[in-house]
Amino acid sequence: MNARYRPLMATTLIFIVAYALCVSQYPGMWSTRVLGNFLTDNAFLGVAAVGATFVIISGGIDLSVGAVIGLTGVVTAILITRLGLHPLVVFPLVLALAALFGAAMGAVIHFLRVPPFIVTLAGMFLARGLASVLTQDSIPIDHPFYRTVSSLYFKLPGGGRLSAIGLTMLAVFLLFGLIAHRTRFGSYVYAIGGNPVSAALMGVPTGRTTVAIYALSSFLGGLSGIIYSLYTSAGYPLAAVGIELDSIAAVVIGGTLLTGGYGFIFGTLIGVMLQGLVQTFIVFDGTLSSWWTKIAIGFLLFMFILLQNLVFNRQNGPAHLRKGPA
Amino acid sequence: MKAQSLSSFFSHQVIALAGVLLINWMVFPGFFDVTWKDGRLFGSLIDVINRGAPVAILAIGMTPIIATRGVDLSVGAVMAVAGAVAATFTVAGHPLVVTLAAALAVAIACGLWNGLLIAFLGIQPFVATLVLMVAGRGLAQLITEGSIVTFSDPALIFIGTGSLLGLPMPAVIALLLMVGAHFFVRRTAMGLFIEAIGTNRSAATYTGLRSRSLILAIYAFGGLCAGIAGVIAAADIRGADANNAGLWLELDAILAVVIGGTSLLGGRFSIPLSVLGAVIIQAMNTGILVSGFPPEFNLIVKAGVIMIILILQSARLGEIAGAIRSLKPFGRKMP
Amino acid sequence: MTQDQRALLEATGITKTFGNHAALKNVDVSFHAGEVHALLGENGAGKSTLIKILTGAYSLDQGTIRLDGEEVSFATPLQAQALGIGTVYQEVNLLPNMTVMDNLYIGRQPRRFGMVDRRRMEREARAVLATYGLDIDVRAELSTFSVAVQQIVAIARAVELSGKVLILDEPTASLDAAEVEKLFDIIRRLKARGLAIVFITHFLDQVFALSDRVTVLRNGQRIGTRPITDINRTELVKMMLGKDLVAHHGDILAEESDVGETLISLENYGLKGRVAPLNLEIHRGEVIGVAGLLGSGRTEMARLLFGIDSADGGTLAIDGRKTVIRSPRDAVALGFGFCPEDRKLDGIFGDLSVRENIVLAMQARLGWFRALTRDEQMEIAGNYIEALDIRTASAELPVKLLSGGNQQKVILARWLATDPRFLILDEPTRGIDVGAHAEIVRVISRLREDGLALVVISSELDEVVSYSSRVVVMRDRAIAAELHGADINVARIVETIASHHAEAQP
Repeated sequence: MNARYRPLMATTLIFIVAYALCVSQYPGMWSTRVLGNFLTDNAFLGVAAVGATFVIISGGIDLSVGAVIGLTGVVTAILITRLGLHPLVVFPLVLALAALFGAAMGAVIHFLRVPPFIVTLAGMFLARGLASVLTQDSIPIDHPFYRTVSSLYFKLPGGGRLSAIGLTMLAVFLLFGLIAHRTRFGSYVYAIGGNPVSAALMGVPTGRTTVAIYALSSFLGGLSGIIYSLYTSAGYPLAAVGIELDSIAAVVIGGTLLTGGYGFIFGTLIGVMLQGLVQTFIVFDGTLSSWWTKIAIGFLLFMFILLQNLVFNRQNGPAHLRKGPA
Repeated sequence: MKAQSLSSFFSHQVIALAGVLLINWMVFPGFFDVTWKDGRLFGSLIDVINRGAPVAILAIGMTPIIATRGVDLSVGAVMAVAGAVAATFTVAGHPLVVTLAAALAVAIACGLWNGLLIAFLGIQPFVATLVLMVAGRGLAQLITEGSIVTFSDPALIFIGTGSLLGLPMPAVIALLLMVGAHFFVRRTAMGLFIEAIGTNRSAATYTGLRSRSLILAIYAFGGLCAGIAGVIAAADIRGADANNAGLWLELDAILAVVIGGTSLLGGRFSIPLSVLGAVIIQAMNTGILVSGFPPEFNLIVKAGVIMIILILQSARLGEIAGAIRSLKPFGRKMP
Repeated sequence: MTQDQRALLEATGITKTFGNHAALKNVDVSFHAGEVHALLGENGAGKSTLIKILTGAYSLDQGTIRLDGEEVSFATPLQAQALGIGTVYQEVNLLPNMTVMDNLYIGRQPRRFGMVDRRRMEREARAVLATYGLDIDVRAELSTFSVAVQQIVAIARAVELSGKVLILDEPTASLDAAEVEKLFDIIRRLKARGLAIVFITHFLDQVFALSDRVTVLRNGQRIGTRPITDINRTELVKMMLGKDLVAHHGDILAEESDVGETLISLENYGLKGRVAPLNLEIHRGEVIGVAGLLGSGRTEMARLLFGIDSADGGTLAIDGRKTVIRSPRDAVALGFGFCPEDRKLDGIFGDLSVRENIVLAMQARLGWFRALTRDEQMEIAGNYIEALDIRTASAELPVKLLSGGNQQKVILARWLATDPRFLILDEPTRGIDVGAHAEIVRVISRLREDGLALVVISSELDEVVSYSSRVVVMRDRAIAAELHGADINVARIVETIASHHAEAQP
């Protein structure tokens, strides 16, 4: 068995065991209703985490995604409530703006060779700042379309509801899973994460791909912002603060190597679900406090970083930084 | 030569600060007014050094870390942890000394944890410190049990709001720490070793430097600084807010160090210049505030500053410029 | 092959200068279809610069490149590749995190409905690799296979993409004998297909086993191109090292009879895969010259002695006491010093000043807290700048601004400041100007007279002869012979390097 699947298998196993334990304690958690809410409540995180997966597989990082969620939420709310535009007109517009924002960050990262974490940090400041300048309060969105979409769901057997936004998240996972694993662009992402110098020598258009990766991440951040606005029926500049860390944690727990080159979109789904499970369990328990979520996720993150360190250092042999000269 | 390059560096930051202060003065003519009231100084300028102190203290700890090509993303979270420890200890009735010792010990432990992951497990600094960045606030909430623990111990509050010789206490602490840290690294061999490791890790190993223990010590010091900043932040608001204490300050600290002329690629560093960087950031913040712009504007300005500095520092930009220059005299047919 | 065969790839008048350093001077070389052409030369000879120019990684300053008789130029490796010149580097430049078939096809994967057609890719990849005698699961990650398989995949990719010229840069460096044989089979098959194959290696056996012609570079110049049938091993080594056998009796500075008592003795001291167990006595007041071609194990020996690599067998004793050296730090504590081959990568702290570079090793020994004051540092640095004649405008100048020779002297000064017992110098005179060159040779002799033990690795055999009390010749990662007294001459060293079978070592 290939060692690189171990973190993913570990995650899957942990999820199944953890879910089984939760159900054994609170049988109520074994229902389609809980599952449906799972998807709905974590949709915005999941969509953002898909973008983070691409970025991290390519060996980068995107700290701006939470801020992009906040900014798109605010812009969407303003365009709908103040300018009276229809959401279906607004959505493509903000998505395009978000993608452009990401593309600009990608261009700086690639062409000026500035470390991604600092570029996306500046992006985060910029997006949060813009959102806060536009408004400091939450802007409620009261539009018939919003009411329709938020109440749209499929009925699942057992009374659960698969909401439109939950479904969107699943669709995003499916579509971007295909892009990651079945397109040339996807293979370029892995190639850059494996070794950007080799990739360039082998004909991978590294510049174009890097720009596209960050554009994609911000695009999904924008989509996540729209979902968040549907979920809360509002646009708020401080929405989703810290979500970038949750999504990075989800990606790493899902078996993607934080230093790039290895990873799975599907793993990220499990990473998100595992976080959702911790939260749901805490809600069910009632006595545990919410901060245990952060501690549990921090602990999982640590375990997986350690596991990756073991697996990948073992696999690639002792870390000889460079060849011993002749 | 060193003195020369330092002075040219120095002038950059000083000019920047002067520029920012000048703009502040133009939009708010009362900016330089300083008054003496109740045995302490008041005024926008005093406000700058007072508000800038926590970031300055973080920057003092971050400087050696960045000089060795590292980064510590967890300092904001460690601030929250230290504040939470200080608040719960003082509420439990412990004397100030015990409270401070506990808070700082926990902060140092956090730094040591980061250092262990980086120096001995070989995990990238950015990845290693992410763990505590995620979990740290949870730990802080665990300590405060989710509430904002308020306290009224005047001795502890004095650290955040008191004044010494008319200067606000946080600024005094930052100043003492800066002077102490600067002389410590420059009077011992630490400074030289840090710059050597940051300049060429391989050569440092060949020279027989003890890189690992040095890196461990640096991150522990970073933790200590975060702890001090955390106690000040808590004392300032007379309570420990696990959610918001030190939020995003790690980014300000990194920015301050970079403004102070230390490259993210490691090497030469100067703790006083990093502090000056922190003061510049705070001067911009205060300037925006006093000139009537919404404080949210800060973030945008900061983003702009980061980008300008990074673009100026970018080796790549120099390469491109160099390539363009070299093309002209030796122009040749291109394929 | 014949001389009048038309050149497939022909480079004439190739000149390349980096700063003040001429890496290639007016080099002519041509590669024919259906030949294996070995390119030989020591480090710094210009091999890698030439390869980088031929593959588009560097631009050339002067000269022309013709492919199939037509003048070509390329700005990137991709353009060279598209024109038909493929390269396989020593460090396999593929993507170990991706599947074998992705590595073969990335950038041009077959598509169906916009998606990569993985089945077709798998089928084609299997078919391609079958022609190389490789039957592996192409869906598995490249990193799961041995270096040899990765090497073959790299060759397959290069040939599939380019198909005219294949440049192999030290492809055998990390392969075992059976793998080398397999690789050679493949190379011969490609040769039969009419490719021009440029083969860079430093193993003479392989040159004679595989190539049709050989070109030798030295100091950026082409020394000569010969059909392999017209040359023997000794002549080849002479070409590489630039020695004629007309005895050139320079000053012999050292006599073995002058040496002091034993400082270090090695017994079966070795590391599997790097250096065969070494048996050697190193005395005070002695210079042991180490000669050998690139890849002979000379640098590995130095790394082992200095604790950069740890021995996995045998013993090392200092003054008769067994000692374990696990890190450079241990070695420094024992009074060892090491001037590495790659000054820029492992030696200098480029942004730090000359003063700081000189005091660092001494300060490292003193520890964190017993810091040298600035005055002390100035004095130490000043002393060594004067004693070694380090040409710098000021002790505060960043060392990266100094010339190579002066940088080398700074590193030497760094160790001398620690008052060492034993110094290892790896190619101390490579790439430095004549003045500094002579100065370093003088310093070596002076240190010997002062009672230091020195191991000096060098390809400059005249130099080795002049300052060595004893010469150790390395070959195939082992000590091939020790030369004493009258045997220490260039002709004898060249002969020993070139000889086929290692004589039993005393």
